[in-house]
Amino acid sequence: MSQTDLEIVVDDPTAPEDDSPSVVSSGTIEIVVCLLLLALALTLGYDNWRTGASWDATGPEPGYFPFYLSIILGGGSLYGLIVAMLARRASSGTFVTRAQGRRVLAVFVPTLLFCLVTQFLGLYVASFLLISGFMRFVGKIPLWKSLLTALVFTAIMFVTFDIAFDVIMPKGPLEAAFGH
Amino acid sequence: MEAFGLLLHGFAVLLTWKTLVLMMVGLVLGIFVGVLPGLGGPNGVAILLPLTFTMDPTSAIVMLSCIYWGALFGGAITSILFNIPGEAWSVATTFDGYPMAQQGRAAEALTAAFTSSFIGSLVAVLLITFLAPMISSFALKFGPPEFFAVYLLTFCSFVGLGREAKHKTVISMSLGLLLAGIGMDTVSGNLRMTFGSPELLRGINFLVAVIGLFGISEILLTMEERLALRGHAASISLRVVLGVWKDLPKYWVTLLRSSFIGCWLGITPGGAIAASFMGYNLAKRFAKEPESFGKGRIEGVFAPETAAHASGTSALLPMLALGIPGSGTAAILLGGLMVWGLNPGPLLFVEHKDFVWGLIASMYLGNVVGLVLVLTTVPIFASILRVPFAAVAPMIVVSCAIGAYAIQNAMFDIWLMLGFGIVGYVFKKIGIPLAPFTLALVLGNRAEDAFRLSMIGSGGNLKVFWSNGLVGSITTLAIVLLFWPVIDRLLAGVGLTHRTRTTS
Repeated sequence: MSQTDLEIVVDDPTAPEDDSPSVVSSGTIEIVVCLLLLALALTLGYDNWRTGASWDATGPEPGYFPFYLSIILGGGSLYGLIVAMLARRASSGTFVTRAQGRRVLAVFVPTLLFCLVTQFLGLYVASFLLISGFMRFVGKIPLWKSLLTALVFTAIMFVTFDIAFDVIMPKGPLEAAFGH
Repeated sequence: MEAFGLLLHGFAVLLTWKTLVLMMVGLVLGIFVGVLPGLGGPNGVAILLPLTFTMDPTSAIVMLSCIYWGALFGGAITSILFNIPGEAWSVATTFDGYPMAQQGRAAEALTAAFTSSFIGSLVAVLLITFLAPMISSFALKFGPPEFFAVYLLTFCSFVGLGREAKHKTVISMSLGLLLAGIGMDTVSGNLRMTFGSPELLRGINFLVAVIGLFGISEILLTMEERLALRGHAASISLRVVLGVWKDLPKYWVTLLRSSFIGCWLGITPGGAIAASFMGYNLAKRFAKEPESFGKGRIEGVFAPETAAHASGTSALLPMLALGIPGSGTAAILLGGLMVWGLNPGPLLFVEHKDFVWGLIASMYLGNVVGLVLVLTTVPIFASILRVPFAAVAPMIVVSCAIGAYAIQNAMFDIWLMLGFGIVGYVFKKIGIPLAPFTLALVLGNRAEDAFRLSMIGSGGNLKVFWSNGLVGSITTLAIVLLFWPVIDRLLAGVGLTHRTRTTS
C-alpha cells in the first residue's frame, strides 16, 4: 500500500449526553412559529392594505403584490397551525434536549454579547474578546493559546479587510487611540 | 462555433497572474470550508463574499466560483476519511467511500471521488458553454409576462416537486417574497412595510439574510451534535491515481448516467442532494451484483460524486442564462452579481461578454486546478479537522459579522444577521426548507416588477399570461407542477401509472 494509515482522533469532552431530557417538543415550537408567522402576516397585510392594495390609474398600487402574499403566508401558517395542533395528540419529536440547549446557548449568548460589544467598542476588540473568551471558557483551551489565536486572527482580519481590501469595519476607542 | 471563439476569449481574460492567484486562493478557501464541520458551499460563499466587494466583477466571480468548486471537492474528503458528510450531497459518497477507507483503500476512494467530481463538472460546463448562450439569446425575446411565467415556474416546481410538507414550502417562499418587498417600492417609489423605521428603509439585504440563515444557524446546529470524530489519514500517490484512471473507461456507463442525472436535476431545482442519491441508487440497480454496494465498491463513489458535481455546476446554467438560480449557492452568487452592479439575465451575455465567458472559462480551469490541488494536498486538509471546534466557531461568527456589516456598512445588519440566524436554526429544526426562502428573497423584487409590468401592459387582465403560445405553455406547466402531487395521485388512481408509492 502506498498510503500512510495514520488515525486522526478528535474528542469532544463536553458533548451533549444522548439521554438528556427534552426541554420542548417540535410540535410546540411549530405551533409557536405558526402563530408568530400568522401575526406577521396580519401585520404586513394590514400595512399593505393601508398603503394601497388595489388599482389606481397607473396600475397596481405598491401594496398590491405583498398584500396577496401576506394572505398566502397567513393561509399557510394557519394551515400549519391546524396540522401541528392535530399532530400534537400523537407523540411529536424532541425539539431540543437540555444538554443540547445548554450547548446552543453557549454559542448563542457569546454571539449576542459580541454584537453588543461591536456596537460600542468596535468589531476588532469584540472579535478578540469573543475568540479568546470562547476558546478559554467553552473550549477549555489553555489561556495562552486562546489569547494568541484570538490576537493573530483579529490581526489578520484587520490587515485583510481594513488595509488590503479597504472594507471598513466599525471601530471604537481603542482603534481611535492608534489613529484609525 | 461562435461559443468556442468566445470561450477562447474568456481564457484570455482569465490568464493573468492576478486572476490565477485569486483562483488558487478561492479553491483553498473553498476546500477549507468544505472540510470544516458547520460550514459548506452556501455558507462559505456567503461569508467570503465581502472579500470580493472591492474587486472587479470578473475577478470576484472567479474567486467566488472557485470557493464553490473547492467546497464541492472538500465535502468528499470528510465523507470518505471520517464518514462525516461535510455536505448533504456527500451523504451518498459515505456509503461506499468510508468502507473503502476502512479497508485501507482511502487513497483509491479519494482519487475516485475527485476524478468523478471533475468529470461531472466538466460535462455540466460543456453543457453550459453551448446551451447557455442559446437559451439566453432565446430569452432576449422575453417580455415581462414571459419572465413572470418563468419565475412562477421556478416557485411552483419548488412547491410541487419538493419533498418537504407543501405548506412549509409555501410559508418559506411567501415569507421570502414578502421580506424582499420591504423598503422602497421599485415601481412607484413609495415606502412600504417599513413602519417608520429608518433602518428598514434600505430593505432587507439578501446577503445579510443568507449569512444569518446559513452561517450563524449552522454553528448553532453543529454545536448540538457530538463533535468527536475518528478517521483515517491518507496521502495519495501518483501510482494510485494512475491505477484508478486506467480503470475509468470500464465505468463509462455509470459516469455518463450520473452526469445526465446531475445536469437534469441541477437545471431544474431538484438539487445536488437528490442527484447524488439518484445516481447512487441507479448505479446499484443496474449493477450485476447490487449486494456488493455499501461494502466498498468504487462505483458507489463514482456514481454519487459525478451526479452531485454535475448538478452543482449546471445549477449555474439557469442563473447565467435567465437570472434564475438553480440552487441555494447559485442564488448567493446571483446576489453577488447584483452587488457588483451586474443585472443577471439574458442581457448579461450581450452586455458583459468578458464577465460571462471569463466565468465559464474559470469553470474549466478551476476544475482542472482544483483536481490537481486536492489530489496533492489531502493530508493537509484532513488534518484541519484536528483544530478544535471551540476555536473554529467564534472565528466563523466573526467572519459572518464582518460579511454582514460590509455589505451596507450598517450595524443594524449585524443584528439582522443574528435574527436570521435564530430563524434559520428554528426553521431547519421544524422542517421549513430554507432554499425556497433564499430563492424568493433574491428573486422577489424582480418577480414583482415582472408581474406589475405585465399587469400594467394588459390593463389588469390575468389573461396576459396565456396571451401567446410561449408564455401560455410556461404558465400552464407552472400550474401543473404546483398541483403535481394531486395530479400524480389522480393518475395513479385511474391506473395510468404503476408506480408503487412508498409512504414516509
